[in-house]
This record gives sequence, structure tokens and C-alpha cells, in this order.
Amino acid sequence: MNRREILQRTAAAGLLATPAAGLLAGCATSGGDDNNKKDTGYQGTKSAQNPLGVKEAAPLEVVIFNGGFGEEYAKAHEAMYKEKYPKAEIKHSATQEINKTLQPRFVDGNPPDVVNNSGAGQIDPNGLVSQGAIADLGELLDAPSLDIPGKKVRDTLLPGTVEVGSYDGKFLVLNYTYTAYGIWYSTKLFTERNWQYGKTWEEHIALCKQIKAAGIAPWTYAGKHPRYMSWPLISTAIKFGGPSVAMAIDNLEPNAWKSDAMKAAADAWHQIVKDKYILDGSSGLDHIQSQTAWCQGKAAFISCGSWLENEQAKVTPAGFNMTVVPTPSLSTGDKLPFEAIRGTAGEPFIVPAKAKNVAGGLEYMRVMLSKKGAQDFTKKVSSLPVVAGATEGVELPFGLSTVSKALEASGSNGFNWVYNNFYRKLERELVDAACGEFFSGRIGPAEFLDQCQKGADSIAQDSSIKKYKRAA
Amino acid sequence: MRHGKYPLIITFLLPPLALYVLFVISPYLQAFQISTTSWLGYSAQADPVGLANFRAMLHDDRVWNAIGNNAILLAVVPVLTIGLGLFFATMLSMGGRGDRAGVTGVRGSAFYRLVYFFPQVLSVVIIALLWREIYHPNNGLLNGLLRAVGLPAPTWLGDPRTAFWCVLAVMVWSNVGFYVVLFGAAMSAIPRDIYEAVLLDGASRWVTLRRITIPLLWDTVQVAWIYLAIAALDGFILVQLMTNGGPNFSSDVIGLRMYETAFGSESKFGYASAIGVVMFFLTLTVAVLALRAARRERIEYS
Repeated sequence: MNRREILQRTAAAGLLATPAAGLLAGCATSGGDDNNKKDTGYQGTKSAQNPLGVKEAAPLEVVIFNGGFGEEYAKAHEAMYKEKYPKAEIKHSATQEINKTLQPRFVDGNPPDVVNNSGAGQIDPNGLVSQGAIADLGELLDAPSLDIPGKKVRDTLLPGTVEVGSYDGKFLVLNYTYTAYGIWYSTKLFTERNWQYGKTWEEHIALCKQIKAAGIAPWTYAGKHPRYMSWPLISTAIKFGGPSVAMAIDNLEPNAWKSDAMKAAADAWHQIVKDKYILDGSSGLDHIQSQTAWCQGKAAFISCGSWLENEQAKVTPAGFNMTVVPTPSLSTGDKLPFEAIRGTAGEPFIVPAKAKNVAGGLEYMRVMLSKKGAQDFTKKVSSLPVVAGATEGVELPFGLSTVSKALEASGSNGFNWVYNNFYRKLERELVDAACGEFFSGRIGPAEFLDQCQKGADSIAQDSSIKKYKRAA
Repeated sequence: MRHGKYPLIITFLLPPLALYVLFVISPYLQAFQISTTSWLGYSAQADPVGLANFRAMLHDDRVWNAIGNNAILLAVVPVLTIGLGLFFATMLSMGGRGDRAGVTGVRGSAFYRLVYFFPQVLSVVIIALLWREIYHPNNGLLNGLLRAVGLPAPTWLGDPRTAFWCVLAVMVWSNVGFYVVLFGAAMSAIPRDIYEAVLLDGASRWVTLRRITIPLLWDTVQVAWIYLAIAALDGFILVQLMTNGGPNFSSDVIGLRMYETAFGSESKFGYASAIGVVMFFLTLTVAVLALRAARRERIEYS
């Protein structure tokens, strides 16, 4: 063999080692059979003390997404579970890659008992639901609360929690935190400059003009995840046209994205692009970079959810005092009042259908949803859990207290949409790309809605994606 | 000792071969099988759908867009990288001529050789994050320099016209160092007296490179070509970390499409495997073509 041959063979070997193509194949589809797993689970006797039928000594495995909330809060919940069931052995693990860590175990029919399916490495909920991989949590809702006397778990939850976790009427996903999506500004900056947040779109634009004249960019956004800007835009449309605007989008109705309300909202938001009210270079920033620019006072407004305060904690200057506000009203004829804000339960937890200890998983959620568990969570991570009254007696950081107030003011006018849960791809890829084009000024409002509609249509026409409808 | 040869060979070859079959060959075969199913990845249920995934791919604009970008990478990255690599290696090993007798590199060539190799020492993830900050539209090094000399500051990764080329540039940057060293090593194997003879005949540097160095380095260049072609069909890590395929899919590559289809925005593992299978054949074809096209007569130093 001469040198040339060796080189050639080395090249050929390099070929076979092409890493990416082999990536997918690591997991075979040869896992557990669908039918023979039913009776191997742990099941105890149900009683008033033990409504879910937990087997005392059964081990419980919990996998936590190690993101903005960390894992300490979960360890506290596990300790509470252990207190109730001292014989149970609890296996705790935390990862940022929920998807890659757990996928083989789902296929194998050997998933953990509780999964905090969150973060960028989240498992596509549609995929899980359509494959029947999630246990029905209905039983949990009807069980009595652990420490709120006389109430079922269902009655202790904030409005919308059950709806957002339901697929075709079945409650499958427990979203543990309550998140408000709105527009954020620094109270300090606004007080110093004597600016007043405008309640109508005209006032908002006038304020933007004033801010720009003061040498600060009125807006910035996460150019690499431009879907963040779809939130205020869709919110504006829903407030203008009522909740049916969101329902049509969620149900993939034809031309839902081109409704009059969406047109009005897109036209309005186009103005901040046209008038150059957005920080230069925003389209090249990711969410952390744009939020940091905002914290540094380079821009006045940013669109985000209520995790913003936690996420920015390290770089926020003292006294910055971030405040969340609803989107401005388009007209006096808006169907929803100015105070209406998008509030929804987030941070999903599931019990896999094939978990060995399904009852234990549900019981663990009951611990999370107890007043003690929820209050502990609020203290540890400064976020609102979906349990009503969990913040009583807990001192909230500034931003979170404004979230709490905004949600209270919004009350029953609060709204939400779920197409992003039903069809992850539609928001994260298709609407995302359209927002990028729109907010960088490369396309106008009509083309923007066109592109969104095309994305929605492509999902609607894809027979390999399971469709869901919501009625309320 | 002849009778003892086979047990020895078998002892040394079997374990690695077994591992290779288990961790490389078998996943490949499984990918082929999975690509003919509608497997969604989170249950054991995978219904065979024949070639439906491949037919769907024919009409998938996103996949074609990604393949188009890979084609550009394939056309540009190897040429640029090898060109730059050859240029630098030549300068380092025979660029200095003016003031000294014999064939030597430019002054400080040992230092340059070290510096060029730096990117090779960094992990690709670090390179991607590093360049993401360099391309930062407001605080980045690049725009800082541009502003300092009064030029306009583009948004680089935030603009569909530039994002893809920015990633491509990083791909070339991170590869050049390795090929400088590779070509440099190969050049040092070329007998010095050939160069001295050329020098006496009064050949220019360009002629020396074209007529002497490149032909004598052909084997090495060929291998470089194949490796770079394979790298150009991948590009996943850089793209995913720097732009995630955006803005508006302008920097998408096929590896990212596969990843997004399975792990990202959807969980269509069957379809993603089909993309993987297509990628496999593309890579194989390109490598075979590169081997064939580059075949030339071998030169033996006597």
C-alpha cells in the first residue's frame, strides 16, 4: 500500500464518520410493546387520605429542566413528598436538554414519573400528545387540595391553567407558573425623563417620538428570535377585535392571520419600523443581547414575558425597577379594555403515560400545587405559580409585583392563545421568520400577514401533524 | 512466527471492528429503516410509509433552500480554504527570498504558523460564540473597526443578505490554520534541491507554486478537498449557534433542517431520517466525485 492509497482510505474512513448523519439513528424504534406495560406500574389503595392511590414505598423519578428557575425549588418539593411518603425513594435529576436526554427512554417505554418539559430543548408537545405519551391529569384536578381545606385542586388554580394544558378536552400538561406577556420599561428612566406610558396607539407613537428626540431608541427586540414581537402585535389585534381573533388563529381557520383586527394591528406596528423607532442593529441581536441593551438604557421598550426580571437579574442596574404594561389600545372601539393583558400558565410539567409510578407523579404535582409548595416556589424563584393566593405574605421583587398588579387589573379580560403549544413549528419557525422580515422593515404589513398565513396553511395541510381545536 | 499472525491480527482488529459495527454501521442501517416510517420519536410505534418521506422532501422548499446553501458552501469553502492554506504555507516555508540565500520562509514564520493554528485548538462552539460577539451589530469588534474609519456598520448576522456569508467566512477562518500546517508539512517533504534548481532558473514565486509545489502536493490537496467538501455539506454547529438558520432561513443548511425536524420545532423522526439519508448519499457522491476528479499521475521522488 503506498502513501496515496493510505490517504484515500483515510478519506473514505472520514466519510463514514460524517457525524451528523448518524446522529438520528442512535435510537431504534424497538422499544417496549404498547400493550404489555399496563400492569407493571405501582398502584396503592385509594382512600380519603390517599385520593390518587399512591403506593407508599414506590420510588419516584423526577426530571427537572435546569433553566432560569434552577432545580432547588424542585428539591424542596421532593422533600415535601418524602415527608409524606418516607419510604419512597426519590431520584432527582436536572438537565437543560430534556429532549435529548429523555427521548430514548420514551421510546424504550421507560420514562421518568414527572418531567418538567421546558426550555429550548423541550419535547414538542404535539408529538407527545399525538403519540399518547402523556398521562391524563384529570384525576389530579378532582382530588382534594393537599392543604387548602374544602377545595379540589381544580378550584385552587388560576383561570386559564386547565385550558392551556388541555388537548381535545383532556388535561395533559400542568403549566406551573403564571406568565404575563407585555411591554416592559424602566420606571426609573421614565420618572427621570417624566415620560408617561401611553394607553392608546397614538399616544404610544407620540411618546416614541419624544423618546427618540431624547436620544434613546424607543424600542429594541430579539432580532434572532423575532417571534417575541409577534406577542404584542397579536395582543393588539385581540384587544381590538376580541378573543375570537386568537381562537381563529389557534384553530387554523382559513385567513385567520388576515382578519381585519390583525390587519389593523400589523398596520399600527409597522409605524415603529417605518419611523425608525427601533434601536439600530436590533435585528442582529439575540434575546439576551437585546434585553441587555435595554437594561443599559439604550432602548426604552421591549416585549417579553414575566421571566424577564429573573433572566436579567445579573445585569439590571440597581433601582432600574422594570414595569410591565399591556399593549396600547388601537381605538376607543376596542373590544377589550386597555388593562387586558396576555396571561397564561407556562413552565410545563407532565406525567408520561408509561411512567411506572403514575399515581406518584400525580401526587407530586399535588404537592407542587399545595399552598406550601407554591409559596416555597414563589420565595425561591420570584415567580408566580398557578396556585391562587400563593403570593400572600411573600414580598415580591419590583418587576414581579407589577406583573401581579397587571394581572389583577386585567382580571377576566385577560386573554391568551395556544397555537404555539399546538403547533410549535408555526410559531418558532414560520411566524418567527415573518416577524424577522417585518420588524427589520424588509416587508410591509400585508406581506407579513401573507407570510404568516402561508405558514399556518402549510401546517393545516400537513396530514402528518395532528390538529387540535379549542372551543374557549 | 508466521503461524501466530492471525490470532494476533484478530485480537487487535475484532474489538474495534465490533465497536465500529455497533456504533457506526448499525445506526446507519437503522436510519435507512426509520426513514421509511412515519415515526414521531416518542413511542415505539413507527408505521411504514414506504418512500413517502422522500416524495414529501421533493416538494419541501425549506429542504431545497438548505441544500442550495450547502451547494454554495461546497463550491466556495474548499476553494477558499485550500487557496489561502496554500498561499500561507508557501509564504511560511519559501516566501522569504529577498535578503537571504536558499529557500526559507518569511521572517517570523514559526510565530505565524503557531497563530494560524489557534482556531484549530478552539472548539467549534467557542469559535461560533466568539464570532457572534465579533459580528455584534453595536458592540462588536468588526463594527467598532468600521465605525472607527467612518464606514457604515451593517447588522451582519441580522441581515439575510450577509448572514450566510458571515458564517461561511468563519468556516474558512476556522479551517485555514489546519491546512496551513498540513500543506507546510507536505512541503517540507519536497526536496530542497528542486527549489534551488528552480531558483537558479529564475522562476518567479507564482510559477514555482503553480509548476512545482502544487503538483508535488497534489495528494495532500486532494485529501484536503475531500475533508473540506464533507465539512461544507455539514456546517451544522456554526450555523445553529450563530444564526440558527435565520434570518428568514437565509443561512439554513441541511444538517440544521434535519435537527429542527427531529429535535427542534417538530418531532418527525421518520422525515428527519429521510433527510439524513439524502445527506448521506450527497456526501458520498461528493466524496467519490472529488476522488475521481482529482486523480492524477503520481510523482515519485527518486
